Amino acid sequence: MSALTTERSELAAGADRAREVGPPLWLLLELTYRCPLHCVFCYNPTDFANVGAELATQEWLRVLREARALGAVQLGLSGGEPLVREDLEAIVAEGHALGFYSNLITSGVGMTEARIGALKTAGLDHIQLSFQDSTREMNDFLSSTRTFELKVKVAELIRAHGYPMVLNVVLHRLNIDHIEEILAMAERMGAQYVELANTQYYGWAWLNRAPLLPSRAQLERAEAATERFRNRVGSKMQIYFVVPDYFETRPKACMGGLGSVFLGIAPDGLALPCHAARMLADMKLPNVREASVGAIWYESAAFNRFRGTAWMKEPCRSCPERYRDFGGCRCQAYLLTGDPDNADPVCDLSPHHELVTAAVAEAEREASTRARIAREQPLIFRDHRTSIPVVAGAAGRPR
Amino acid sequence: MARGMRLQWEAVQSSHVLLYPEGMVKLNATAAAILSRCDAERTVSEIIADLERAYSTSGLASEILAFLALALEKHWLELRE
Repeated sequence: MSALTTERSELAAGADRAREVGPPLWLLLELTYRCPLHCVFCYNPTDFANVGAELATQEWLRVLREARALGAVQLGLSGGEPLVREDLEAIVAEGHALGFYSNLITSGVGMTEARIGALKTAGLDHIQLSFQDSTREMNDFLSSTRTFELKVKVAELIRAHGYPMVLNVVLHRLNIDHIEEILAMAERMGAQYVELANTQYYGWAWLNRAPLLPSRAQLERAEAATERFRNRVGSKMQIYFVVPDYFETRPKACMGGLGSVFLGIAPDGLALPCHAARMLADMKLPNVREASVGAIWYESAAFNRFRGTAWMKEPCRSCPERYRDFGGCRCQAYLLTGDPDNADPVCDLSPHHELVTAAVAEAEREASTRARIAREQPLIFRDHRTSIPVVAGAAGRPR
Repeated sequence: MARGMRLQWEAVQSSHVLLYPEGMVKLNATAAAILSRCDAERTVSEIIADLERAYSTSGLASEILAFLALALEKHWLELRE
């Protein structure tokens, strides 16, 4: 593409933003922050215990109708643990009637024969079940619950009800070396899709970054083991290995650009342009209790703020890659540099890149230093008792 | 259709889409015409014959077979004996 065409398309984009903005194709309802698990890598806000009342059933149903009318088609039901909501079946049924493809993202805790039957009848399309590790000991330690055997039973229920078996395991320093066992477990369960998602450092995971960030050697071994496994099992199991962005030199294209396809709704009705946006202290996030989904998506300042490229600072503003990664993750820029308009410091063109390389270097220290870190920074389990109020304006750093 | 896959018309996008766990493929008219005939009833040769009738043409077999192979590889479809 010539420079002239680029410039012209930019002008056109600026001139008619409304036409350029597509529908919120992916609607994620975080139905509740309540969760029986206490995972150390949870991305939920650390002050979740202070969040206001959850939306009522009728409010969720209105969100579904308004979003579907705009063109939303993929529906994620998550949390917290969505099974905590007794109206989950009613929400699924409305989503199904409207033509959504519905995805339940669950720890499995609360799933019973009766509920899965009711969810199937309501039209639920797919269940993604999370495991924390391949053994009871590690699964139960990382979630601070006794849930491993229950999850194995829920996997059987999922298969018995004719759903594709979709497993998700969040990876980090404490379980990444068990990847062969994790994949073997997935194979025994007849998994069709396995997502091996390296921890992203927001919320509780941000507090626990030092003990959770793996070393580069661990990461390379895990990728090699995944590749060997792929070659052995062939295409019957599709494995998505999500690389932790701290080890990259270019940022992820977060959400395909904020305000592009993703719309999240928090338990209290706050509309989120990405899962973690709640932490952006200077963003006035709209609430579905006060505005329609259409007004929020197309007209609110929060959703327009990071559309296009006009908001960018250097080095993003003039970067030829700005349409590919959209400057990376706004929350990561905020957490690490204090300014959400900065380039994501994962990018090695960012003047703040050393904040990321320093964290990675810390993860490379020898065993004795790591043991000291473990002593000085014990894992913080997600819990009401440890849920802390966020100090306005201070992003907070991992201790 | 493979388990977990759903084909539907999306008016807002003016196209058929294929929906699957946490994902979506926007289909062009040709792909939609082929996939919508994969109903677990018709055989591959019946699908080819039906499409040739619908488009009043012949010699579509190799193109259709190539697409079906791709759809199988992507796990959009599964073969039934």
